[in-house]
Amino acid sequence: MTQAVDHVALLPGYLAAGTAVLVLLADLFVARRVVTLAVAAGGAAATAAVAIVVGAGSDRSTFCVADACSYLANDRSALVAAVFGFLTLGVLGLSAPLLRAGVAPPGEYCFLLACSMTGGVVLGAAGDLVTLIVALETLTLPLYVLVGMRRQTMESAAAAVTFFVVSVVATAVSLLGAALLYAVTGRLHLTALGPALTGDVSLAGGSPVRALDLPLTSVGIALLVLGLAFKVAAVPFHAWAPPTYDGAPLPVAAYLSTASKLGGVVAILAVVTVALPPSVTGPLLAALAVLTMTVGNLVALRQIRMTRLLAWSSVAQAGYILAPLGALAIADGRTGEAFSTAVTAAVAYTVFFVVLEIGAFAAVVALREPSADGGRIDSYRGAARRHRWVGAALALALIGLAGLPPGLAGLFAKVAVVRSLLTGSSGWLAVVVALNAVVGLAYYVRVAALLYAPDPLDRPARAVPWPVAGVLLLATGFALAVGFAPQLVLDWAAG
Amino acid sequence: MNEALLVAVLALPAAGAAVAFLLPDRAGRVAATGFALLAFVASLLLGTAHPAGWFSYAPAGSGAPPIVPWTSVDTSWVPALDLRLHFGVDGVSYPLVVLTTLLTLLCCLYTLWHVPAGGRGSTLTALLLVVEVGMLGTFLALDLVLFFVFFEVVLLPMYAIIAGWGGDRRRHAARKFALYTLFGSVLLLVGVFTVVAAAGTADLVTLTSEVTLTRTTQLAAFTLLAIAFAVKSPLWPLHTWLPDAHTQAPTVGSVLLAGVLLKMGTYGLIRVAVGVAPEGARWASPLLGTLAVAAILVGCLVCLAQTELKRLIAYSSVGHMGFVLLGVATLTATGIQAALIGNVAHGIITGLLFFLAGAVKDRFHTGDLAVLGGLRERAPWLSGLLAFAAIASLGLPGLAGFWGEAFAVVAAFERGGGGWVTLGVLAAIGGALTAAYFLRMLRKVTHGTASPAVSVPPLPAIRISGPELAAWSPLVVLALLVGLVPALVLGLSEAPVRSLIEAVTR
Repeated sequence: MTQAVDHVALLPGYLAAGTAVLVLLADLFVARRVVTLAVAAGGAAATAAVAIVVGAGSDRSTFCVADACSYLANDRSALVAAVFGFLTLGVLGLSAPLLRAGVAPPGEYCFLLACSMTGGVVLGAAGDLVTLIVALETLTLPLYVLVGMRRQTMESAAAAVTFFVVSVVATAVSLLGAALLYAVTGRLHLTALGPALTGDVSLAGGSPVRALDLPLTSVGIALLVLGLAFKVAAVPFHAWAPPTYDGAPLPVAAYLSTASKLGGVVAILAVVTVALPPSVTGPLLAALAVLTMTVGNLVALRQIRMTRLLAWSSVAQAGYILAPLGALAIADGRTGEAFSTAVTAAVAYTVFFVVLEIGAFAAVVALREPSADGGRIDSYRGAARRHRWVGAALALALIGLAGLPPGLAGLFAKVAVVRSLLTGSSGWLAVVVALNAVVGLAYYVRVAALLYAPDPLDRPARAVPWPVAGVLLLATGFALAVGFAPQLVLDWAAG
Repeated sequence: MNEALLVAVLALPAAGAAVAFLLPDRAGRVAATGFALLAFVASLLLGTAHPAGWFSYAPAGSGAPPIVPWTSVDTSWVPALDLRLHFGVDGVSYPLVVLTTLLTLLCCLYTLWHVPAGGRGSTLTALLLVVEVGMLGTFLALDLVLFFVFFEVVLLPMYAIIAGWGGDRRRHAARKFALYTLFGSVLLLVGVFTVVAAAGTADLVTLTSEVTLTRTTQLAAFTLLAIAFAVKSPLWPLHTWLPDAHTQAPTVGSVLLAGVLLKMGTYGLIRVAVGVAPEGARWASPLLGTLAVAAILVGCLVCLAQTELKRLIAYSSVGHMGFVLLGVATLTATGIQAALIGNVAHGIITGLLFFLAGAVKDRFHTGDLAVLGGLRERAPWLSGLLAFAAIASLGLPGLAGFWGEAFAVVAAFERGGGGWVTLGVLAAIGGALTAAYFLRMLRKVTHGTASPAVSVPPLPAIRISGPELAAWSPLVVLALLVGLVPALVLGLSEAPVRSLIEAVTR
């Protein structure tokens, strides 16, 4: 059987993959760092632009069977693809000094980043569990190598191995979950899986039973969700994140905590909102959210290294992202309005978080030597006195992550989460989120205050490379803009 | 025109903060003071917009809504979060608005002359103006979510003021302040959305008049809101951040903290917590009253044993705010009126006291009551002003402090019943103790022969300078004026308070 393929729907994916190939060829034949970087950046920008254009048109789908499709190009997939394009562009900008210093080979570095972007672009459009998991793995696989790219250090290699082992196990767990669900229902398409799971099935020719009553179904659902929880570094599957972030080159850590985390969130949202019954996933997600934010925040309090602090903070932030979905645990939270509010809040929080996090990492990159890691937090003492604007941007990003004015973007993100939880009658979870915000402030404000403390060593200021400054400016500008006009993001997230 | 004034009251300090932040030190401070002056003028003009005139005593029609802003603006901002830019001013909020603009102006004026060690003076004034924006926004907001947003705006600038320009243990005090207050404001966030999710609107005017929430929602909402505001006010036993923050903050920081920031808590309690969840307020009022009286007594007893000037004034705030909260807890018109005038009086008098304590510490480099002594001999004017402020603070009739405290006790008796009468008696004893500790402070600091610490600095250095006089004299005048003509505050709030009580007891 042959079927028509809608190439327009696939265009962003083609462009992303094409970028990767082109980068490889450019590196082979031109072999100049600037050209390789320019090709990668151009490709990422083109991917984002085309994704927006395709998304602006009517919804498209391809690779279809009778009642479901494996590839859905709609507004949401366009949004995801565009965000991945821009994040890749940003990380390329942050990587410029690193590549100039010769820490990593530019060709391989840009190629791997473009490959990872391809996974992200496809992920947003995935319509079945296999596409979803393969896309997620395409997003993650190049990162194992990228994490190990700081070739002079042991930490980098150790980080790569840790990340690789944990992530492969996680993928295996997700696949097992998907396989079990397939065994029960015979379906893999997300839209078909939902009705199949709530309906009746007959296993091995036995009499029909409700699919949800089978223990196998619950196990399958749990394994699938938990496997995906690894990707967002939710507790108790978070232990890989801090050493990996700390060992990786800073731009790669930035990519891990934004793009890679976004990938995990997209995957979880896809399965939770479309395929899996909220009555099973709700309690699971509520428990994950509570654990993740509490443990993340408490451990972050004790960190003395910058990247580890950001890693633990981003673990905690994953908890806030999952929290609105925890409202699905009770029946009131599963009604139409509460459900859509919860999903909107989760998506909106992710967007606000990604913007603030890339800003924070950009500022850290700007303050450090090209080949350095995040370093100790002490070494940032007085940084805002040396670099007035970079320091202010870092402080603003941290305050935003803490969720306080003047970081209005972060404040509205928290407000959206709490609002959705109370709309879904999960007041207790809202209180947990609120108390966690207090714990969070303790470490964010410690770092922010240190930036403005007098520096006894009186270190000189360093020039900030223009690509890094550009990314920092754009991220901070965007964070400020959505801080004053959060409705844009919320509309977009509701879309 | 009036709408423009209302916007100007908020926009001028915001613009001033941006300008002061960008300009070099001296120019920045001058610019900030200019903007603070403009905001003060705008807030005064806003009062002239009052339709019935200041002393009208126009009886509100029965069943009138508790909030009838005489000027308001309302535009959409973030519909997805029920957040509208809805500002308005009425008789309850107006006195606090003027108090805020006045105190900020005085603080900026003071900073022109004297910048505490720590950082650039222009940055300090910029932060003062941001704090002003937050406080004004809180008092003017008529949308619950907007109220919350402005409640949060104050937090970090105040943290920065304490951490940047404070005393020796400023880091610790600033952190404690930030974490405590954030604890309060996140509960406020949960409380706000408990109300909004149940009522489907965040509009305070509608919420206080038309919407009646279920009993369960009201109890939950009132509990959350009351804890949030109790941290800010602060109410015993959630007050422990206050002495540290007040003691370590620079003089201007302490003035704004005690003068206005604490009022955000009591204002919120009256306007939001009681207004939105009246049934919850009735349910919790005995507990609230008991805690308020405990705060009065604890504050007084700690003050009696206090050995440091600024710390003593800080703890006296706990006692004074206890009276304000007792007034609110009675849920009678007298009590709420007492709370409102107590708020304003405390802002004026404690602001003055902190200015004076700062002046003493700047001159003699100590606030230790055991080391100070005989101030009268060396600096008669300074010690005279200190005595005036202390006597105003202990509630001498004819000065501003009297009305709030006396009528909080009266309200407790009015409420009747054994419990409330006991609370009233205990509060009255607290009032007597207030007199005791302030007189003790005066005896130690001003009377006797001049101690070595007081004798050392040369005379010219301890005279009151022109800028200081400019910053203090408005407060001295107001302490007298509000004491003699309490209708300045009470006339405006008469009608809205009566409507509020009607709504609560309905």
